[in-house]
Amino acid sequence: MKVGLFIPCYINQLYPQVGKATLELLEKLNVDVVYPSGQTCCGQPMANSGYENESVGACTHFVNNFKTFDYIVTPSGSCAYHVKKHFDVIPQTEDVINVRNNVYELCDFILNVLKIKDVGASFPYKVGIHKSCHGLRGLRLGSCSEKVTPEYSYIGELLAEVTGTEIIKLSREDECCGFGGTFAVAEEAISVKMGKDRVQDHLDHGAEVITATDTSCLMHLEGLITRNKQPLKVLHIAEILNSVN
Amino acid sequence: MSHSQAAAIFNKDEKKVNWHDKALWFVRHKRDKAAHSVTGWEALRNLGQGIKAHTLSNLDNYLIQFEENALKNGVQVHWAKNADEHNKIVHSILKAHNAKKVVKSKSMLTEECHLNPFLEADGIEVIDTDLGERIVQLAKEPPSHIVLPAIHKTKEDVDALFQEHLGTKPCAGDPQYLTGEARKHLREKFVNADAAITGVNFAIADTGGFVVCTNEGNADMGAHLAPVHIACMGIEKIIPKQEHLGVFLRLLGRSATGQHITTFSSHFRKPREGAKMHIVIVDNGRTEQLSRPDFRASLQCIRCGACMNTCPIYRRSGGHSYDATIPGPIGSILSPGKDLTKHSTLPFASTLCGSCSDVCPVKIDIHTQLYKWRQIITKEVPQPFVKKSSMKFMGTMFAKPATFEKVGKAARWSLRNLPKGVINSKPNVWGNARDLPSGPEESFDEWYKKRKKDE
Ligand code: SF4
Repeated sequence: MKVGLFIPCYINQLYPQVGKATLELLEKLNVDVVYPSGQTCCGQPMANSGYENESVGACTHFVNNFKTFDYIVTPSGSCAYHVKKHFDVIPQTEDVINVRNNVYELCDFILNVLKIKDVGASFPYKVGIHKSCHGLRGLRLGSCSEKVTPEYSYIGELLAEVTGTEIIKLSREDECCGFGGTFAVAEEAISVKMGKDRVQDHLDHGAEVITATDTSCLMHLEGLITRNKQPLKVLHIAEILNSVN
Repeated sequence: MSHSQAAAIFNKDEKKVNWHDKALWFVRHKRDKAAHSVTGWEALRNLGQGIKAHTLSNLDNYLIQFEENALKNGVQVHWAKNADEHNKIVHSILKAHNAKKVVKSKSMLTEECHLNPFLEADGIEVIDTDLGERIVQLAKEPPSHIVLPAIHKTKEDVDALFQEHLGTKPCAGDPQYLTGEARKHLREKFVNADAAITGVNFAIADTGGFVVCTNEGNADMGAHLAPVHIACMGIEKIIPKQEHLGVFLRLLGRSATGQHITTFSSHFRKPREGAKMHIVIVDNGRTEQLSRPDFRASLQCIRCGACMNTCPIYRRSGGHSYDATIPGPIGSILSPGKDLTKHSTLPFASTLCGSCSDVCPVKIDIHTQLYKWRQIITKEVPQPFVKKSSMKFMGTMFAKPATFEKVGKAARWSLRNLPKGVINSKPNVWGNARDLPSGPEESFDEWYKKRKKDE
C-alpha cells in the first residue's frame, strides 16, 4: 500500500508541526508514506469563493502529484471533501476519478483503512472536540446532530483510546466555528462572534485543549484565544495522536 | 446594504445577539427531540422529498387537476403570473364584495407580493391576525422569520408597542397580560371583518381542498366568520393526493417548532353556505426557478423555518439582515433567482457548514445550491477588484509550486518580523479581533527536504 501525504497549503506554511505529526504518526503505524514535494493546494479557497475556474490549475496539479498512490491521506477533512465533491471542474479522467475515490481524511484512514483504534498515544488533558463541518457533514466523519442516525465519531473513537485524555461534552456538539474560508473576512462580525461562542462552549465545560480534524478552524479559534488571552490551547488531532508522555 | 454590513450592525449589541441565538437554538433543540422521537424520521424525509420532487416534475398536470376539483367544489380559482397580478386579483375580489375590513392569517406569499400596502392604498384595512405578525405590523417592520415573525423582539419591546398602539398598561413584558390584550384586540377585528385572507400550506390535487396550519387558530377564526375567504398560494404548494398530507404534516410541525403537529391544521374544501371562497394561484418567478436544474429543488420547501433556526449565521445576524421576504439559508437560494444583483451577497453569508441541508425535512441540498450560486454570481455580478484579482493570483500561485514557495516564505517572514501594529492594521480584516499565527521559520516542505537529505 503506497500512501501519498497531502499537506494543505496553510498547514505547510503556517502550521508545519501538524504536517510533521501526521507524517510521524503514519510512519509509527507502519504506513509506507511519501510526501510528493512541490504540492500546493486543493483549490478550495478559490472555488468556495465562487471562482471555481481559478481553481482548475490547482486541481490539475493535485491530481498530477497524487495519481500514482493507492491512498492519499491528509490532516484536513475539508480538503479531502473538496477533492471528492468539487473536482468535477476538471475532465474526469481515470486518474482524477481514482484520486477522488482514494483521498482520505487522517482519522478516517486510520480507523477505517488501517483498522486501528489505539495508536498508542498518551495525552493527559481535558479535550473538547470541535467537529469541523466539512468533514462532519461532507465526509460524514461522525453522526450529525440534525440527523436521526446511530451515533458515532471517528475522531472521538480514536481519542477515546488515548491514555489519560478526558473528552469533555459540549453544549453544542457540532456547531460551526465560523471560519468558512473567505467568510472569515467577508463576514467578519459574524465569523468572530461564532468563534467566540465556540471557544466559550469549551471554556464553560472545562476544556484545556480544543482539537479538530481541520487546522483552519483551529487557526480561527486560536486567533481569538490568543487575542483574548484565554486559558485554552488548540491542537490538531494528529498532534494529540502523535504524542507520548 | 450587503448582508455582512447589516450583520455587523446587528452585532453591535452582543447581549441581544446572544438572546436571539439562544431563543432560536431552543427551538432547534425542541425540533431535535421531536425528530428523534420518530422512528424512521430519515425515511419520512426521503418520502417527503420524493413526493415533492415528483410533484415538481408534473406540476402543470397537478395544478390543472387541482383547479378542476376546486371548481367542482364551488370555489373560484384565479391565476396570477406575478405579484402585481396577484394583488390586483385580491383587490378586485374585495371590491366586488365591497369589503373594507380584512383579517389576514400569516402568509409569506402575500408578504412577498407586498399585498398590505397595495390594499391599504385604497383605504382597505388589513389586520394580520397571527400574534407575531400583528406585532411586526404594529412596529411597521417586515417579519424577520417565516414561522416566528417577531422573534427579534423581546417581550419588553412588545409591551412598549402595545402601549403605544393598543393602549395597554405597562406590564414589564408580562406575556400572559400581553397575549390576553392581543386576543381582545383581535377578537374585535375578527367579528367585524368583511373578508378573510389566508395562505395555503398544502393544496391537494385530487380533492381540490387545501390545508392551512396555524398555532393560534387565527386562519379558522377569520375564514369561519367572514363572508368571503381568499386563499393565496404559490404554485409549489400542491401535493398530489390527500394521503400524502400525513407525511408533510408530520414533518412540518416537528421541524418548525418541535410540536408533533401544528395546533390547528384547518382543512378547507368548499365555501360554507352563503359564503364565497376564492383561491389565487401565483407564479411570481417560481416557473423560472423551476427551469434551473441546479436550483429546482428549492421549490420543495414547506416553509418550516428549521434551516433558519439551525443556521449559526442566521441566529447571529437576525432575519432582517437578509433583506428578503424569505430570509436564512432557503431565502439565500430563492432570492438570487429573483434578483441576482440585489441579493448577490446572500449566498456568501454562509460557511457552507451544511447544517441547513441536514435539518431540512424535505432534504433540499441548500448548501450545495449556495455554492452553485456563488459560481454564477462572480461571473454575472461585478465583484470587488481586490477579491477578483487575489483569486486570480492565488489560482496561478497554486498551479506553480515555485511561486507558492516564494510567497509562503515571504508571508512567514512578515508574520515573524513585522510589528503587530503593521500586521493588524486596517486592511487586514482578520487581525481586527483575531491574532494571526506566528509564522514559523521553516515550512513543512523545507523541513521534509532537509529530513530526506539527512537520511
Ligand atoms: S428549506 Fe427546508 S428547512 Fe428551510 S424552511 Fe424550507 S423546508 Fe424548512
